[in-house]
Amino acid sequence: MYKDLREHIIKLFDSNTRLDGRKFTEYRKPLSLDVDVINTAEGSARVKIGKTDIIVGVKAEIMQPYPDMPDQGSIQVGAELLPLSNPDFELGPPGQEAIELARVVDRGIRESKCIDFKKLCVKEGEKAWVLVIDICTINDAGNLFDAAALAAMAALKTMRFPKYENDKIDYKEKTNKKLELECIPVSVTVNKIGDKFIVDPDSEEESVIDARLTVASLSDETLCAMQKGGDYPLTSEDIDKMVDIALEKAKELRKLVK
Amino acid sequence: MVYKERLGKRKFDETREIEAKVGVIPNADGSAYFKIGNTWAYAAVYGPRNLHPKFLQDPSKGILRCNYNMMPFSSSGERVRPGGSRRSKEISLVTQKALLPVLDLEEYPNSVVDVFIELPQTEAGSRCAGICAASMALADAGLAMRDLVAAVSVGRVDDKLVVDLDYKEESYEDGPVADIPVAMMPNHDKITLLQMDGLISKEQLKKAIEMGKKVCKDIYEIQKKALKDKYKTNANK
Repeated sequence: MYKDLREHIIKLFDSNTRLDGRKFTEYRKPLSLDVDVINTAEGSARVKIGKTDIIVGVKAEIMQPYPDMPDQGSIQVGAELLPLSNPDFELGPPGQEAIELARVVDRGIRESKCIDFKKLCVKEGEKAWVLVIDICTINDAGNLFDAAALAAMAALKTMRFPKYENDKIDYKEKTNKKLELECIPVSVTVNKIGDKFIVDPDSEEESVIDARLTVASLSDETLCAMQKGGDYPLTSEDIDKMVDIALEKAKELRKLVK
Repeated sequence: MVYKERLGKRKFDETREIEAKVGVIPNADGSAYFKIGNTWAYAAVYGPRNLHPKFLQDPSKGILRCNYNMMPFSSSGERVRPGGSRRSKEISLVTQKALLPVLDLEEYPNSVVDVFIELPQTEAGSRCAGICAASMALADAGLAMRDLVAAVSVGRVDDKLVVDLDYKEESYEDGPVADIPVAMMPNHDKITLLQMDGLISKEQLKKAIEMGKKVCKDIYEIQKKALKDKYKTNANK
């Protein structure tokens, strides 16, 4: 179905360009990050990359800790691929695509150990904060992975806990208490089409990729989570190159999360 | 008790601040947002497009589907669980009924027009904001329409009639409250949505609806301006 489009894209690659004239490792513009965009959320961020537009909100809840980790709070990530944002998205419970997106964002944050879950504990074995991070798409024009990971981190960084007194959360009143973050993981997804590697695919490019690799990394270039996607395999040389590109581009995205 | 001054310092017939914009979702055939105070509604229209499964098709006219949804972080209280509730299903239905009279669906046999309303942030009046946004999005999609639909909540707080109740007024405890969401076709002077919760007399209801009509005409002007502005900005590019 996409054979012609794929051939066309590969032909453009041979002359070192892309459908919209970008370089292989260039993000679309505007590339913007706004925080505190939703006043009903404890933390929120909106990321626009080209025509891709997403909002991430964090709600804080108090729950009983898991029995095997009685002194820890946790995070929970959900993604809603809203039918408002793409003609191909349908109403209903999250499908595979949305669940993969949510889980990849979740692991990028969780595995970086940027949040000390023990500090989210209120009373051991009884009460702990759970930060529920929801990703909502306004317009899906490709590369939701990088946009969502960036917005989620920014929302966490700027969130403020609500007032908690006498076993009750008062959502109307935010405290000045922020979430302590040990580090800031940033995710970059590198895509392979033919023998070329690109970042930030638009919807058309995304429809013809052979493979993708999402790499979450820290400022010292430590890798903290990865996910390979796409129908075709990668060689270890491919992976080396893709990780290099991801680390390089992460520096650029990192500047946005001030 | 007498409700002397509105809690939000507004005049009794004054809405919260309104902001409206059209063409905000590039993927959609038509789109808009409508902000009123802290309540913020996005609407996207897809269609007329093919309707599947086929047995749902109507060869005499197209069908209109509406879906109202609050984003999980949009409530000032607890997180809203995704996936829809009885409340959101009912609002989807009354929204569809509010918009149907302005559409000429006979133009689109066997097709569907999908309207998706999403609320990133809410504080009272969200169904009315959703309807305002949806009607602008339908016009933006270039559908055959007889009119726009403007909506606002009116009602009573204690002894006073008010428009566009905010959260504090909805939950006013020192006297009776009535909340009446109204949608209308401003050029036809007809009402397409009417709900009421609370206590009110026949006479007060009559007055409240008249107030609503007046405000809907103002909202209509804002909607029209937003639609025109889209083409203005395009011309300047």
